[in-house]
Amino acid sequence: MSAHVPDWPDRLFELLKRSDVRQVAYVPDAGHARLIERIRDDDEIRDVALTTEEEGVALAAGAWLGGNRAALLMQSSGVGNCINMFSLARICRFPLLMFITMRGEWEEFNPWQVPMGSIVDPVLELCEAEIYRVGEPEEVVGTAERAIQQAFGNERIAAVILSQQLIGKKVWTK
Amino acid sequence: MRLERRAAMATLLAGRDDNLLVIPGLGSTAWDVAAAGDNDRNFYLWGAMGGAAMIGLGLALAQPRRRVAVITGDGEMLMGLGSLATIGITQPGNLAVIVFDNGVYGETGMQPSHTQSAVDLVSVGRACGIRTCLDVRDENGLAGLAQRLKTLDETLFARVPIAAEEPPRVLPLRDGVALKERFRAAIGIKP
Repeated sequence: MSAHVPDWPDRLFELLKRSDVRQVAYVPDAGHARLIERIRDDDEIRDVALTTEEEGVALAAGAWLGGNRAALLMQSSGVGNCINMFSLARICRFPLLMFITMRGEWEEFNPWQVPMGSIVDPVLELCEAEIYRVGEPEEVVGTAERAIQQAFGNERIAAVILSQQLIGKKVWTK
Repeated sequence: MRLERRAAMATLLAGRDDNLLVIPGLGSTAWDVAAAGDNDRNFYLWGAMGGAAMIGLGLALAQPRRRVAVITGDGEMLMGLGSLATIGITQPGNLAVIVFDNGVYGETGMQPSHTQSAVDLVSVGRACGIRTCLDVRDENGLAGLAQRLKTLDETLFARVPIAAEEPPRVLPLRDGVALKERFRAAIGIKP
C-alpha cells in the first residue's frame, strides 16, 4: 500500500452520515478497516459485526421494515455467501446498499481469492443488482451517491464495487 | 413434554398489542402465526431460510420502543445459527427469538433435524452470550414466556418443544412487496 493514507473512507463515512444510514453491517475486512473504525466510533450509526455476509442482507431488510437505512460492507468473497438471501431483497424490493472491496483481480498474491472474485459482476447482475464500479479515489463519493439513490429511492439492490487497485494490494511479507 | 404448536402460538400471541412486531420464520411457524390471526404487524417469510433472526435484529435496532418477536422453527434457526452469535454481541433490549422445536423438517417430509439427536439450541443461545435463554418445558413455562413478551426489555432466546405434527396449513399473504408495505404503514413509516 502507498505511504499516504487515502481519505476516501472518511468521505464515504461522511456521505453515509449525510444520507441518514443508521445501521452498518460488516464482516471485518482490511479494505474497509478505516470506514469500519469510523462507524464503530460514531454514536448515531449502529455497527453490527456479522459472522457471515448473508446475515447483513437479512438485517438490512429488517432495518427497512423498521424505517432505518442500512448498508452492508463486504469483501468480494462475501457476495457468494449472499446469493440465496438476495432473494429476500428481490422479491420484497428491499433496499440493499452494498460496498464491496475486490480481491482476486489485481496484484493478487492469493490465488484462492480468484474463483469468487472473478465472478462477482455476473453473479450480482443475475441477482438484479445495479453495479457501480469505482477505480479512482475521487470517484468514490459521487458514485456512492448514485448507488444510495438507487437503493433507497428506488428500493433496489445497489452494489458499489471498490476495485483492488483502489484498495491497494495486501502486504504478505513485512 | 411436547406442546401442540397451534395452541402454543395462540397462547404466545393472545391479546397482543400494537407494539409487538412478529417475524414468523419460513415454514410451519408462518402458518401457525397466520392461524393465530393475521396482523399487519406480521412479516411472514416464504423464503430467506436462516434469515428470520437477523431480520428481527435489524427491526429491533430500528424500532427500539417496540418489541420484536422472531418465531421460527428449529430447521430455520439451524441454517442461521451464526446469527445467534451476532445477536449475542449486539443484545438489543427488545428482541425475542423463539424457536418452535419439533426436531424435524416438517415441510419436507419430517426428516430429523440436528436438534433431535445432539444439538441443544438453548445451550447454543447461552454460549452465544444471550443472557436470558429459556427452555420452556410445559404450559406453565409457555404462559411465562407469553407474559415476558408483553413486557420485553432484554434480548431473550427461548425454545418451545412442540410435537411433530402437521396441522392444516393456514397460508398468509404471499406478495413480499405487499407484506413489506403494509407492515411499514402499520407502524407509521411514511412511504
